[in-house]
Amino acid sequence: MKVGLFIPCYIDQFYPQVAIATMELLEKLCCEVVFPLNQTCCGQPMANSGFANLDKGCDKNFVNNFSGVDYIVSPSGSCVLHVKEHLHDEDESKSLQIRSHIYELTEFIVDVLAVPNITAAFPHRVGMHVSCHGQRGLHLSSMSELVAPTFSKPAQLLGMVTGLVLTQPKRVDECCGFGGTFCVFEEAVSAKMGKDRVSEHEANNVEYITGVDVSCLMHMEGILKRQGSKIKTIHIAEILNSMEAVTVSN
Amino acid sequence: MDPRNFNKFYFAPIGATTMSHSKAAGVFIQDEPRTDWHDETLWFVREKRDKAVRQVPEWEQLRELASGIKDHTLSNLDNYLSAFEKNALANGVKVHWAADAAEHNDIILQIIRENNVLRIVKSKSMLTEECHLNPFLIEHGVEVVDTDLGERIVQFRNEPPSHIVLPAIHLKKQDVSQTFHEHLGTEAGNNDPQYLAEAARIHLRDKFIQSQLAITGVNFAVAETGGFVVCTNEGNADMGTHAADIHIACMGIEKIIPRAEHLSVFLRLLARSATGQPITTYSSHFNRPRVGQQMHIVIVDNGRTKQLGRPDFRNSLKCIRCAACFNTCPVYRRSGGHSYHTAVAGPIGSILNPNLDMKANADLPFASTLCGSCSNVCPVKIDIHVQLWKWRQVLTNEGYAPTGKKIAMGGMAFVLAHPSIYRIAGKMGRWVLRSLPFITNNKTLNPWYKQREMPTPPKQSFRDWYIKNKR
Ligand code: SF4
Repeated sequence: MKVGLFIPCYIDQFYPQVAIATMELLEKLCCEVVFPLNQTCCGQPMANSGFANLDKGCDKNFVNNFSGVDYIVSPSGSCVLHVKEHLHDEDESKSLQIRSHIYELTEFIVDVLAVPNITAAFPHRVGMHVSCHGQRGLHLSSMSELVAPTFSKPAQLLGMVTGLVLTQPKRVDECCGFGGTFCVFEEAVSAKMGKDRVSEHEANNVEYITGVDVSCLMHMEGILKRQGSKIKTIHIAEILNSMEAVTVSN
Repeated sequence: MDPRNFNKFYFAPIGATTMSHSKAAGVFIQDEPRTDWHDETLWFVREKRDKAVRQVPEWEQLRELASGIKDHTLSNLDNYLSAFEKNALANGVKVHWAADAAEHNDIILQIIRENNVLRIVKSKSMLTEECHLNPFLIEHGVEVVDTDLGERIVQFRNEPPSHIVLPAIHLKKQDVSQTFHEHLGTEAGNNDPQYLAEAARIHLRDKFIQSQLAITGVNFAVAETGGFVVCTNEGNADMGTHAADIHIACMGIEKIIPRAEHLSVFLRLLARSATGQPITTYSSHFNRPRVGQQMHIVIVDNGRTKQLGRPDFRNSLKCIRCAACFNTCPVYRRSGGHSYHTAVAGPIGSILNPNLDMKANADLPFASTLCGSCSNVCPVKIDIHVQLWKWRQVLTNEGYAPTGKKIAMGGMAFVLAHPSIYRIAGKMGRWVLRSLPFITNNKTLNPWYKQREMPTPPKQSFRDWYIKNKR
């Protein structure tokens, strides 16, 4: 199975370790992973700012890079959602092919690979951040607003990790306030939302906050660091790819 | 009250005296404990809503049904409106049509003048807020007393409501106590809610007894009967209309539902979504005037047909004004209703108001992270966050994007469309962050840095790593 790895621009530039973990994890799970070298960005920052009309160049570049693989997988729920909803091409059959074969990492592992277990160990207390686009857009997990059965694909995978204790913040799926360019154009609200998210995780005594979207984590990381907090952010791929020693006490 | 000040608050376009949402929100958040209190109070309402809807196993089907009824009605609005008019006329109700806010206000003023009315009470009606009826009547020498407790409080303070269901939710009991002390002569510093409510009750009772004319809103107008339903928790709509000889009900054209049986869908959804109650304390059905009473209905367009003509935004007219989208909105809870500088704030306001005035409200669709929680709580399934996204595109295409943003986005799009330039820019960006952090670590130039650290830039990008290690 040939998987094209889509690494969003800011992960490529600032969080290469997330991309490496994603690639290694997919390879462990027996995928043939290729990384098309001329990829840049999905165009979401422009579109969410009201400039979807500027996305043609980005779209074209995306289609050029990702045609011809079986699946496209990315460690970012919001970028995947954007491609799914808004990618266009002069030849729409090409964009539709991509739109129907692109997956966020955890949904790919759960729905396509359907692996019964993952060999990983991460003996820490971890708070789950539910990223809105992955959740309400890609339906990676159930939503607190709806009267429907609960489930969570990311939590299901984290449940396979040895030693990991997963906690939920009091408001299980409130937005962290990143919101793309919202984080600078609505700086005050964005930062306040981030602070509130972080403090609910603090109340759970977590060592890490994890999630499926680096953007939310980057935002919360910025706040945690400014506060001098010991809590770290970590992308779910890094956890699923880690083999930390678990000390067993008798 | 000086009507000129009132008008200024209500009408000023952005750039005159009204602040943009982001600026006003920044001011609101400066008082962090108060922001927390506002956020928690509204979150509590959201949680009550969650509990209430979980008592109804068929909740999601009910939403689907309500959405379907509204969609159908919007597609046949002309027929249902004429049917409603015909049946209301047959019931002895006078029906007036208003193309816009000005006509709506003129019609009401005319009824007041024709009948030489001096004392008027009004229960909650967001439409009259939208039309700025109060300041208009004040300008014409007519005083209206708002009888909803929250509305009376903000009326005393010369403020618009900050929430469509809980108009004074931005105020703490200390604020209310101070306001009542100034206007009703209650004891200074007595914050006991019961004491304050009692003072309001006595004050309003006088107004009810003396009132000659009562204005109400309309929650649902039933085409097949020509009757309408007004929902309140305080019973103030009934108190007003029962005492007064003239009843004027104001409704937007979208308040129509085809049949009385459809109330069984909407009344179940409304209060649960709004406050978590199974039903509003009073759901009053008005069908015809009592003997000797005049009953008027003013049916208002005010931009609604224009919105109906926008395929992407027409279904915003399904809204039943429950405010569930306000209570769940993480941005609304932390910025307060006044930061939206419009009669209807919150997520729904941000998709309705650009239709009324694109320039003045160009900031509102951006006052959202597009988290989508609003669409999920909406009892009539309006895809609010999708429409917010679409309004952003419309506003940019119509030329309402700020110049700085235009330039930034153009540059960004160019870089991201050209992989080799992107790689150089990325390298430079990381280099700047590593080597010249004072450029980005600057609270005035870089809003991110005000309350957040920048990410630590790695030496190499993933692509660099990949080329070195994998190929
Ligand atoms: S948009 Fe939906 S949730 Fe918001 S006020 Fe209207 S009906 Fe209620």
